[in-house]
This record gives sequence, structure tokens and C-alpha cells, in this order.
Amino acid sequence: MWSELTQAIATLDIPADWIGIRAVKKNSSTRHVRDGLPQNNGKSSTMGAMLEVLVNGCLGYAATNSLELPSLQAAAQTAYQQALAASKWWIYPFQASQRPKVVGEYSSPYVEALDTLSPGEINYLLVRVCQTLKVDEKIVQTTASANTTERETWFVSSNGSEVYQKIVSVETHYGAIAQDGAIVQQRSNNGWQAHCYQGGWELLKQDELWPRVQQVGEQAIELLTAAECPNTRTNLVLAPDQMMLQIHESVGHPLEIDRILGDERNYAGGSFVKKSDFGNLAYGSPLMNITFDPTVPGQFASYGFDDTGAVATREYVIKAGVLQRGLGSLESQARAGISGVACARASSWNRPPIDRMANLNLEPGNATVEEMIGGIEHGVYMESNRSWSIDDRRYKFQFGCEYAKLIENGKLTKTLRNPNYRATTPEFWHSLTQVGNTDNWQMYGTAMCGKGEPNQAIWVGHGSPVCVFANVEVFGGGH
Amino acid sequence: MKLAELSTLETSFNQLIETLLIKKKETEQFTVRLTSEESQFTRFNHAKVRQTGLVADGSIELTLMEDERSSFRSFPFTGNWDKDWQTAYTALLELREEITFLPVDPYLVLPSGNNTSREINSGQLLAAESVVPTLLELVAELDFTGMYAGGVVIKAYGDSQGQKHWFATDIFTLDYSLFDNCGQAVKGIFAGNNWDETAYIAKINQAKTQLQLLSRPAKQLTRGQYRTYFAPAAVADLLGMLSWSAVSEADLQQGNSALAMLSRQEKQLSPKFSLKENFEQGFVPRFNQLGEMVAPELPLIAQGILVNTLVNSRTAKEYGKTANGANSSETLRAPEVSPGNLEFEQILGSLDTGLYVSNLHYLNWSDRPTGRITGMTRYACFWVENGEIVAPIENLRFDESLYRFWGENLVEFTNFQEFIPEVGTYESRQLGGSLVPGMLVNDFTYTL
Repeated sequence: MWSELTQAIATLDIPADWIGIRAVKKNSSTRHVRDGLPQNNGKSSTMGAMLEVLVNGCLGYAATNSLELPSLQAAAQTAYQQALAASKWWIYPFQASQRPKVVGEYSSPYVEALDTLSPGEINYLLVRVCQTLKVDEKIVQTTASANTTERETWFVSSNGSEVYQKIVSVETHYGAIAQDGAIVQQRSNNGWQAHCYQGGWELLKQDELWPRVQQVGEQAIELLTAAECPNTRTNLVLAPDQMMLQIHESVGHPLEIDRILGDERNYAGGSFVKKSDFGNLAYGSPLMNITFDPTVPGQFASYGFDDTGAVATREYVIKAGVLQRGLGSLESQARAGISGVACARASSWNRPPIDRMANLNLEPGNATVEEMIGGIEHGVYMESNRSWSIDDRRYKFQFGCEYAKLIENGKLTKTLRNPNYRATTPEFWHSLTQVGNTDNWQMYGTAMCGKGEPNQAIWVGHGSPVCVFANVEVFGGGH
Repeated sequence: MKLAELSTLETSFNQLIETLLIKKKETEQFTVRLTSEESQFTRFNHAKVRQTGLVADGSIELTLMEDERSSFRSFPFTGNWDKDWQTAYTALLELREEITFLPVDPYLVLPSGNNTSREINSGQLLAAESVVPTLLELVAELDFTGMYAGGVVIKAYGDSQGQKHWFATDIFTLDYSLFDNCGQAVKGIFAGNNWDETAYIAKINQAKTQLQLLSRPAKQLTRGQYRTYFAPAAVADLLGMLSWSAVSEADLQQGNSALAMLSRQEKQLSPKFSLKENFEQGFVPRFNQLGEMVAPELPLIAQGILVNTLVNSRTAKEYGKTANGANSSETLRAPEVSPGNLEFEQILGSLDTGLYVSNLHYLNWSDRPTGRITGMTRYACFWVENGEIVAPIENLRFDESLYRFWGENLVEFTNFQEFIPEVGTYESRQLGGSLVPGMLVNDFTYTL
């Protein structure tokens, strides 16, 4: 690949201030089983290159799935024409300094390579998961899936950048739906497609797999006869698998600098956060410490460099509750005058990089789960997201979970079904009263974070301990 | 994409099918699906260009079936025959090896029938170098944001039974918003096969008028239930939820449908609510992933009664139903909600006092078995008193069951419909859209 790209860069005869080529080769597999029967088996490969050209302060791009030299040259010419046609109307005079020279490599860690399990072995394992989930005749649907991705990226530029990154990841999911008449309940392994990690098949074949599968099936049945979540204001305790969604929607998205600059207002939305808030705004309680950290081994959105070549580093986004910096690329940092992170990312070769969160984690505090629950006279403990909605400024949200327990006098008591909660982002994060310790810190991820025009679904990772929030509105389902 | 390039792609696609037919074993069956596009994407913010580029992409999905087993390979399709065939043949050999080891799939559906179709919708789109000046000169003084996407989109299908479909359309969408200084906004979508300068000017002028209404101080409401008029774009958003575990027969059978209570006749919808799939307008291909052609019209909900669900051939085989040409995910492709009797001029008067909701945002099931949907109001939404718009509103969260707003609380649909085009571009540009009226609803529940 290097020879094609360096040859292309060397032969391009375009009067541009900067030229970059980002080639991506992605091989992925999907295996999905429902009720013990195969539903979907296959592999997808995509390969192509995006050429970006800086002309008179304006970036233009062209993406092609043909990597032949003439195709790359034609794409460069098209990118040049795109930039030229728009150069009277640029939103910001971009400079080559927003694409600094960088040379390096990154590879995901893994133990068992993706070719160590055959398609047949994966299917039979998923069939067994479905069979184990069906703990009762009232289980009316069981599903299990395993997806893998091997993504290689090569980035070269006219100012000497040469970056190679190889991401290997495994996403697994299983769950059950239980039904008794009109009552229907779902339960899954930490929420929909939440088990997303960089690594190999060791991520699936863990010792706790079969007891956990059994537990998921049993909890689906348990929910059929559970009490409805009460409608009240109370202490809310969130498990890490729900904190993932909470961090993603109410911290990650509002801190994206391109949203604050208005790029996303027509689609994903803007933000309640203003440029002047950085360095000043008390985003949440002093217990709140959030890091942008693409360096965590095995976390789903780890990398060495973003898609413009910026070097990825761990940074505090919120420290002791105070907003420190935004989730913005070198381009956004220049436009907004705000400190950011290495987060210009594209979903593939056919989409331009935009500001995306990567791994965004709530740092652990000191409390054990026993201490947190033990200190609550009345509250609700919730696990595993099943419903999410938040406004375009990322201010008002409502989330629902699969499974909950009532907390009475320092103990988890009755199981609750249809647990939901709603609040506004500042009110909620200021109500954070306890943060769990490293023992209960867990990380999850999703491959389906949507944003951008044209649309891009990208992979993110989130880690968090168990957390306690005071005086939150919780409620059940029905009508 | 130039006509010559289009022709080359079609020739290459046909050659691929013919060569696979030669290479396949007697016991094998296959389907081939093509998705291809050449798209100009220009993104705007503050009436300036944020990003601009052109994406040329194409991919083939080859599915091989044998001995009650199947698997697929998806790979790039460039139109370069030598390269594409080499990739396809490698995929075929891999699939042959793989499917032997997969479990038996008793509900596997093999391609059948003899459907063929060829449809090319040529258009007159803006030249690449004209997109930016044509769009921006008119809105230079406004806070204009959004995206223009234009170019050829191709969907094609072929299989081992000889079925073959080719659908190519030259189409653009301009999805935009105009903001005022207070952050209030008007939303617009402009789409078609031919760029119409006059229509674009009219749309922007109409949006400017709406923008003026937003300049008044926003009214803050308390939580509660309000009589509400939903403009067609908002109705389209609510309708979209039916594609997410509602009208699918498989979802009904597997305990996962929001319409289960309607299906069991434990709940009713209003006799004023009728929904059908209507492919007459030709915005999307009528063939599905097995090359099956759907009927031009398929009623789903007739006067509040669930008369059909979307049933694909796989679901039909598994549950003993009759297939009706649904796609693999049994989602709506060309939905139409029937109009009612509310005239445009009567909307505000009939609403009297309540909310005028232009658009919605971020919908999700809050309790799927009871049909409860949550989401937010967005863009130009107003408080109306005595039939007159008084003020824009702060965005509100709603949480309400479809059994109420399309059931006992549905007052009336408008006597006109609007086509709300699909503007999604995940993976590739989406086609189609919804044909929907506006609707007036009593006691819609707002929570925050």
C-alpha cells in the first residue's frame, strides 16, 4: 500500500498548499443467531482512499474505491476542483499547520487472532448461547451475535506524514425477550451491542460467559413479575453499563467543538455549552473527573493518531467538576480558540474527518458498591440501557434501562421493571454524590455513534464506575 | 456520473451475473446486490462552506446458498472488470468453503420467480462547481446550515434464477436550517431529480417569513397535556418509529412489536388513521433483497385496523404467512398516511390553543410493548392562543403512546399531504421518503 500512496503523492501535480491521502482497508465479519438458528453470516470488505487538498484556505476532498494510480490522480484533481470552487466561501482559512507532519504506527493488542475461530465454531457457540438463554418457555426470543473488524489505515501527506494503524476488534451481544400475555420484557448482556473492545477471540471465550448467559435469561423471566418502577424523585444508582450512555450523550456530545461552532446544527444539533465556558464552567459536582483517553489498552476507540495525523494523548476534559477542554480537532481548536484533543475521525475512507469522541471515561473515585448502596435509605439502582433520547442542545434527556432494583434502608430489595429517569444535563451531573472505585470501574463501547453530514457511524468507548446521583426523577412504563 | 460511466457499470454488473452463472455448481444458488453512487457532498455552516467533496463508491453483496446454508461476501465494485471479477471469484470460493461448516437454516429462502426491471431516472442537477455559488448567494445574509447531496445512486439485483433489476436515479437533496440570533431555527428540505432555481428561491423566501415569527421571546410551558398540531415533517418522524419494531411480522411473532396490542385487538387506533405502502411514485426500487417485486400498493392499517404487516419470504416460511414483498428488515419503504379533512387555512383555528410542532428530534421507544414514544420538539414550534401564533416555545420533551395520539386523541388529519424525502447518508445515500399529512391531536403529553 505504501508504494501506491507515496508514488501518488510524489506524482500529483496540483498547485495546493497541502495534500493528504488516507487509505482504509476494512475486513469485517458478522455472525448472528436467533433462537438457535443462523440468521446472518458473512464478511464485508471495503477499501478506498480519500484525498484532501488545501487550496487558498479551503479543504476539498474526493474519495474513490479504486487505488490505481490514475484513479488517485483523478481524485486529487477532483479534490482540488472542489476546494477551488468553494474557496471564496470558506468558513475558516485553514492552514497546513492544522495537518502537521507525523510518522508512526499503532496496533491493537490481542491474544487470539480473528482466524483462530472458524465461522462454524462461532455459530455453534452462538447457538449454545441461545439455548442457554432459554431458561423458561416464556422466553419468546433469544439472540446472540459476534462481529469482528480488522481495519488498517495508511496516511501520507505532502509534508511528509506516514502513519499506519491497525485496529482489531470484537463486538458480542446476546439477550432474551420474555413474554407473559401483554407483559413483555427484554434483558441483554449489559445493553444493546455494548460489549465492544479491541482484541481477539479471548474477549468472547471468558470463564464467566456461561453463568452470565444463564443469568440474563433468568433476569428476563424475573422482570415479568417484577414491580413497576415507581414514579418519584429519589437517589439513583447507575451501573457502569448505563453510565456509558450517560457519559456519551450528556458529556461527550455537548463538548464536541464542531457542535459548539454550529457545524452540526442541521443534523445532530448544537450544544448548551458555549466557547466561554471552557476553563470556567462547573459542569458537575467536584467528584466528576472525565478524561479523553485513546491510550487505554483494549478499549474500543483506542488509537495512536487521529485521521488528520494528530498524536493521541490522554487529557482531562473535566477535572473536579470544572470544564477544562473540548472534544475538538486541530481544525476546530484553531477555529474556536479552545484547547481540544486528537479527535478528527472518519468512519471510513469515504467520509471526511470530523470531531468525534473516542474513549471518554469517568475516572474512578473511592467508594465500594457496598458503601454506596449501604448509605442510601431509599433509591433505585438501574442497569443496561434500553432507551435513549436527548435534545439537540444535549440539555434535556430521558433514558430507560432494562433492569432495576429498589434500594431500601441500605439494601437492594425488589426487582423493578421499565425503569426510566429524566433530568437536565447540568442538574444531573451536579447531583453526583458518590463515585465508585477501581474495583467497580468497567468499560463498554458502541460502534454506532451517529453524527455528521454526510452521516457517519463511528466507534467509541466509555468506562465508568458505579455512581450515585441524588434527587433524580425516576418513573416506570405503561399507558 | 456520466452516462458512459453508468453504462460501463451496468455492463460490468451484467457480466458479473453471467459469469457467476457459469461458475456456479448445479446445487448452488446465489443472489447479487449492487449499491453504487457518485455523490457531491457539500456541507454548510453560517452560509459558508464547512466541507466539500465527491465520493465515488460501489459495493457488491454476493450471497451463496447450498444445502440449506448460506453466507455472504460484500466487496468493492469499481467497474473495472478484471479487478472486480478477481475479487468476486475469490469471494465465491471462500463462500463455498465456509457454508459447509455452518448450521442448517431451515427458513432459508432461495431466489425464485422471473422478475426483471430496468428503471433510469435521469436528472438535471447542479454542476459541481455551481453548487456553492448557486446555494449561498441567495442566503449570504442568513445563518444557513446544512448539506447538499447530489448525484447518481444505483441499486441493482441479479440471481441464479435469472431475475435482474437495475434502478439508477439522478437525485439531489438539500437539507438545511436557517437560524436566528437567539438560536431558534426553521427547517427545510428541498429534493428532486431536477434543480429548480425558482422553487429554491421560493423555499428560502418562505423560510425567511417563518424565521421572523421566531424572533418573539420564547414561551416556557409547564409539563402537562396540550392540544397539538403536528406538521407533516413531525408526522413523518412519528411514522418512522413504525419501522423500528412495529409493522414487522417477525417482530410481532417474536414478542418485539409496538403494535402487538393492536394486532391482538386489545387496543384500537382511530378510524381516521390509515397507512399503506405506496410505490406508485417511483422514488425507491420496488424489488427487495430476493428480487421480489412488491405490489404497487399494500394497505397496512385501514381505518385504525391492522390489516397487514410487512412479511418477507423468510418470515412467511417460518410462521406460515404469505409474503408480501417486504425487505429483509421488514421496514417501511414508501409509506403513505391517508389525508383527512382539515384544511390548511383551518389549522390554527382548529388548534385554537395549544402547540404547533413543525419537527421532532431523537425519537425512541420509552416502553415499546405499550407503544410509548419519547422525543423532543425541534425547530419552528409555536405556542398558539385563540387560533393565532403567540410565541415560539422552548424545546419540550414528549412521552406519549401511539395508541393515544393515533387512537382516542386523534382529532383530524389535514386534507393535504407532503412528501418528506429520506435524506440519510449512513454507508450510502438513502432513497425514498414518506407521504404524510399534518395532524391535530388532543392532550399530547409533554414531560419536561
